Amino acid sequence: MSKEQKMIKKEFAKLVKDLVTENAGEMEDKQEIPLDSVQKAWELGASVSMVSEDLGGFGMDDSPITTAIILEELAYGDMAFAIATTLPSLLISPIVSMGTEEQKNKYLPLFCAESYPACTLAINEPHFDFDVMDLQTTAKKKNSAYVLSGAKCFVPRVEDATHIMVAATLEGKGNLFMVDKGTPGLNIGEREKNLGLYALDTFEISLENCEVPAENRLGGNMGCDFSSFVTKARIGMSAIGTGISRASFEFAMNYAKERVQFGEPIVHKQSVAFMIAEMAYEVDAMRLMTWQAASRLEAGKDAFREAFLAKLYVGEQTMRVTDFGVQLLGGHGYIREYPVERFYRNGRGISIIEGMATV
Amino acid sequence: MISLELPESVEKNRQGMYNLAKDLFRPIARKYDAAEHAYPKELDIMRPPPKKADAEKKPEAPKAEKKKVKKKKSKGPRYDNLQGVVNIEELCWGDLGLMLTIPGAGLGNAAIAAVGTPEQQEKFGSKWAAMAITEPEAGSDSASVKATAVLDNDEWVLNGEKIFVTAAERSDIVVVWASIDPSAGKAGIKSFIVEKGTPGFKLEHLEHKLGIRASDTGTFVLKDCRIPKENLLGNPEIKKDKGFAGVMQTFDNTRPTVAAMSLGVARAALEFTREKLEEKGLVLNYDKNPNKGTALEKEYYMMEANLEAMRLLIWQAASLADAGIRNSLQASMCKAKAGKAATIITQKCCELLGPLGFSQKHLLEKWMRDVKITDIFEGTGQIQHLIVARQLMKLSSKELK
Repeated sequence: MSKEQKMIKKEFAKLVKDLVTENAGEMEDKQEIPLDSVQKAWELGASVSMVSEDLGGFGMDDSPITTAIILEELAYGDMAFAIATTLPSLLISPIVSMGTEEQKNKYLPLFCAESYPACTLAINEPHFDFDVMDLQTTAKKKNSAYVLSGAKCFVPRVEDATHIMVAATLEGKGNLFMVDKGTPGLNIGEREKNLGLYALDTFEISLENCEVPAENRLGGNMGCDFSSFVTKARIGMSAIGTGISRASFEFAMNYAKERVQFGEPIVHKQSVAFMIAEMAYEVDAMRLMTWQAASRLEAGKDAFREAFLAKLYVGEQTMRVTDFGVQLLGGHGYIREYPVERFYRNGRGISIIEGMATV
Repeated sequence: MISLELPESVEKNRQGMYNLAKDLFRPIARKYDAAEHAYPKELDIMRPPPKKADAEKKPEAPKAEKKKVKKKKSKGPRYDNLQGVVNIEELCWGDLGLMLTIPGAGLGNAAIAAVGTPEQQEKFGSKWAAMAITEPEAGSDSASVKATAVLDNDEWVLNGEKIFVTAAERSDIVVVWASIDPSAGKAGIKSFIVEKGTPGFKLEHLEHKLGIRASDTGTFVLKDCRIPKENLLGNPEIKKDKGFAGVMQTFDNTRPTVAAMSLGVARAALEFTREKLEEKGLVLNYDKNPNKGTALEKEYYMMEANLEAMRLLIWQAASLADAGIRNSLQASMCKAKAGKAATIITQKCCELLGPLGFSQKHLLEKWMRDVKITDIFEGTGQIQHLIVARQLMKLSSKELK
């Protein structure tokens, strides 16, 4: 980590400590993330840093590793909080890297406003064989418009969103389309109830012959490089899984040091110590896999394979590590008073959910 | 600081190692697995010249190299440890058993290079040095070594039994661990250079093993074996903690090396498996959600991900060492992970390929046998987990046994 990255990490760690760690349980109970906390995270400016200054950003170089560090810190506090606060960057990042000039000028000033912008991304689909590289939502060209059809799930904060970026298959390839609020054919369903992420409001939406102007296709007539979008998103999700796992690992380790049974701290037992050791090296492994993919992007190389493997690995190991977290706390691990059951529920999402964080 | 991708210079040398592994090791891998205890004479071309010279041409002895490079004080970042693990991965991709029996590159050589006096380095530096630590009653618990060394005038008199000595027959000298003061515990343990042919120093027998059969492993008995006083390696004083800790520190450096052995063999198994699966028309291009493909595809991908994870943990430990940062924790973490993951990967590859994985027609079954040793020697996987947990939680070895 560079000096600058260490500083950024510290800044986000402080934010998480002040606003999230103690409050995540309450956010879950109330099923909402206070907007002023989201706003405070937004003001740190990470999501807009790579946008040029005249469009409302800071004109900094895009650093996938730095973004991965930020996402890990946020998810170390809470995954729902991490997704909510970085949601606009799911739109900003592809627009910056793949949008046309008109699209950049139109959307970036909106999304780089001083207050947290209301926009969202619709990518996941409600069927068991969902595959981000083979979406069942389709787009068809009709005169000077595209017609979108299909169903999406796990669309966060869509009620307020003025713009939804929708992923759909056009002529066999993934594409992204901007759909404005109120477009005919766009229907917002009920708020979903999920295994985890109680605090994050997510919705199913359906698109019934939903017509959007041709200029709303990201990248214009040429479309966008969808696999690069998926690559970045997978690295983002991997960073989030790393953060959750680290949170579970640290909490469980500290608990096991304090917890006395049979006259001594339970960490004096090999079976407990072995679990803690495994959690430790798996968290490191997850982070290194994530950073390796990110560093390839940073060097301008393709990272599709690395991102695929990172997300696969982090998805599997997050389940294992967060399971250990619950197990090490025993009965207490099962009680919602302690955070490890939340890490366990949320961690299940890493391998299932696509595209809800990006670098 | 952590190398997530190889620097150009390291990558260049890696290529050379790969060629050596492919052209020299692979073709004779099966031959010396079948002919256990036969000396692989093909490796004689790797034997270092009798006078010590040009250490840089001995890539298989990263320890020796390191010392010399240090003195040069080169300006740019150093990659000695990283290069070391990268080289080991390549050579073990070729064959682990043969890598372990490269003439002149024994564990004893690493010890002499690390702590030997200039005179010892001069006299023994170019000899093939084995290392004798383990005893029937002292395996992972190397502090409970029972072999003794007693000073009698100008000679040490050694007594004891040493098992599992790599290159027992082929080495010229053996670095033997023995206690000069059993009441001092760890602090009394020292290492001694014993030359082959010394009276009272006898190679009792060679083992028949599950794998790494190209590498000879033997038992020595020391019975009133007299060696010159100056053959004590390093400092003769008994210092509380210091002495033993120094010896054990050698292992901080060798653990990533052993982990790299796991990695090389596991990679060989996985590459072979991929080749066979692709021959049958399976497409493995990462283009599909792993939850949507077959169970076999997902298992394959997960193994590949595990291989990457092992490698990055190893590179992390090596990079820290190159940066001069203490890496004891990361060294144990990478060995704990690699030993376990490589064992599972090789087993799984055999399973996925069915009869091809069980037949001696292919090297896969051999790799499954070979790699198992990497989760055992230089600290078993269990010991590594203990070390990691102790370091994380700052527990002593008494608190966490």
